[in-house]
Amino acid sequence: MSGTRALWLAGIAILIALPAVIPTYFLHLVIQILIWAFIYTAWALMGRFGFVSFGHGAFVGVGAYVPALLWTYFDVTPWLGIPLAVVASVLLAVIVGYPCFRRRVVGHYFALVTLALSQVVLLSLVAARDVTGGSLGFTQKTVGHSWYALQFPDKIYFYVIAVLLWLAGLWVWRWIDRGIGREALEAISEDEDAAAAVGIDVMREKMRVTIVSAALTAVGGAIYGQYFMYLNPETVSGIAVSLQIVFAAIAGGVYSLLGPSVGALLTLSLTEGLRVWFGTNYIGAANTIYGILLVLCIIFMPQGIVGALQRIRPRRGSQPKPVAATTPGGITT
Amino acid sequence: MDIYLLEAIINGILLGGVLALLALGLNLIFGVVDVVWIAYADIVMCGMYAIYFLYAEYGVPLPLACLIAIIGVAGLGVLVHLLIIEPVLDSPPLNQLLATGGLLFFLQSFATLLFGTEFRNIGVRLPVLEFASMYVSFARLIAFVVGLIGAVALYVFLKRTYVGTAIRAIAQDREIVGLMGIDQRRVYLVVSAVGGALAGLAACLLALQYDVHPFIGNTFGPVIFMICVLGGLGNMIGGFVASFVISQIIAIGGYYSNTELAYVFAFALFIVLMFIRPRGLFAP
Repeated sequence: MSGTRALWLAGIAILIALPAVIPTYFLHLVIQILIWAFIYTAWALMGRFGFVSFGHGAFVGVGAYVPALLWTYFDVTPWLGIPLAVVASVLLAVIVGYPCFRRRVVGHYFALVTLALSQVVLLSLVAARDVTGGSLGFTQKTVGHSWYALQFPDKIYFYVIAVLLWLAGLWVWRWIDRGIGREALEAISEDEDAAAAVGIDVMREKMRVTIVSAALTAVGGAIYGQYFMYLNPETVSGIAVSLQIVFAAIAGGVYSLLGPSVGALLTLSLTEGLRVWFGTNYIGAANTIYGILLVLCIIFMPQGIVGALQRIRPRRGSQPKPVAATTPGGITT
Repeated sequence: MDIYLLEAIINGILLGGVLALLALGLNLIFGVVDVVWIAYADIVMCGMYAIYFLYAEYGVPLPLACLIAIIGVAGLGVLVHLLIIEPVLDSPPLNQLLATGGLLFFLQSFATLLFGTEFRNIGVRLPVLEFASMYVSFARLIAFVVGLIGAVALYVFLKRTYVGTAIRAIAQDREIVGLMGIDQRRVYLVVSAVGGALAGLAACLLALQYDVHPFIGNTFGPVIFMICVLGGLGNMIGGFVASFVISQIIAIGGYYSNTELAYVFAFALFIVLMFIRPRGLFAP
């Protein structure tokens, strides 16, 4: 264990030293990676138990827009706005999650219901264009350096916030991983009826992890909004963002603590690297390669990158488990 | 009744015809291969580009261009099955969903790379029909009629031909069909080709109505999934009926408010209906 601890300390030391040695552009990239790593980790809280949500784009969107709109129109500080966004997100998660679990909407059906949820948020943001600016996006009211408005012209503040946020996300992941709830959720994801039969409160466990996941995702969205100041429905909600979350988390591996973060690091540096490499002459080239890599990754490394590494060097207590199977198809004419 | 509302309802019915065609294709593939092609609408986009370039750029006559597009997209369907679906056939459903999701990213970005993001129109101007002071687009009428013909043709194919029977058999029990001497892999390839051909046919009909651009799949894709799920994934008749339900909601919602809110309403209703009927509206 001391080896792992030393690695952690080294990692944190690098994170502390990082802003002093890298240029602003890279710091900007690292902040983005940390914020998304936090969101992917939040998604993986559910995803690792087979609750594959394609609706987390909705929570990012709510998290980003609620504080931004409250601040710009009503001068409500993000310190109040962000908790409100979390409440709104959790409400949304409960409204959709509870009936889903109660009515046993699973597998493809769960994925597509949650997909619809992220579309609802995206299209609502576009439709409310008088308030949100629609597809053109929305720029928050700026006041310069202010703790009250959670606005800092200097990136270092957001770097610290992003690092703390990311560490908090990892802590929550570990907290769930260590708790009895994890055993319960794994039992549920393998056989719900059997889990219920041995006395697991299926609904409670499912709702708990869903609420935590949605709340954290909203916080991630809010910090993203505070950092960028400019919001666009397409970049913080909808199918594209939901897929981006699912892909990166799966690519990194959802069964290990650092999997989603590795996913964020790799996918974001890859897209950014390809974007810089190809420049503006070949728009789309970067994502073309990204798409091919995604497909290859799913085919050849279904357990994710970290999962694949762990399979080569197996470790105690972190055996990857396959995602729960779902309903078979069928055709009726 | 308000004449404009009636017009919206008629246009909704006509829109339903094309949606039904796409829902049938996606449902066929799901019912048989048991994989949801997230990128199905983007395969349609490829077909629309094919028609645009053949007809508008190279002057190939439109019917021939459509035929080539249908065959081409059918081939693309086979290719997708061989390259992407076959390697993940035994993977968890989630991985299958993600593999075709990766294809979605690829097709959209590759189209952006090749053709840029501008909207392109094949430039066929079909007349607008006036009937009892209501305006109905002729292109939509054609799309509706051809969509229905396509649906009937698929039904006959599944019910009356040997391959069709094999397809239905495999959807009922994929373990037994092997013992009956049916080559499962060949049936999968046929289904992918037929699903592709339906996407190609839909591409012909959509190219008459809409400009093609790399992200046009995002406009139809989510709606088609919604329709398939609402009808019950794999349930052909359910999907067919759901197409018209959803197209009506979108058309009438669009009449009372704006298009985005109509879609919001359709998606929200979809979520609610899934709670009432989790296996689809027409599940037994």
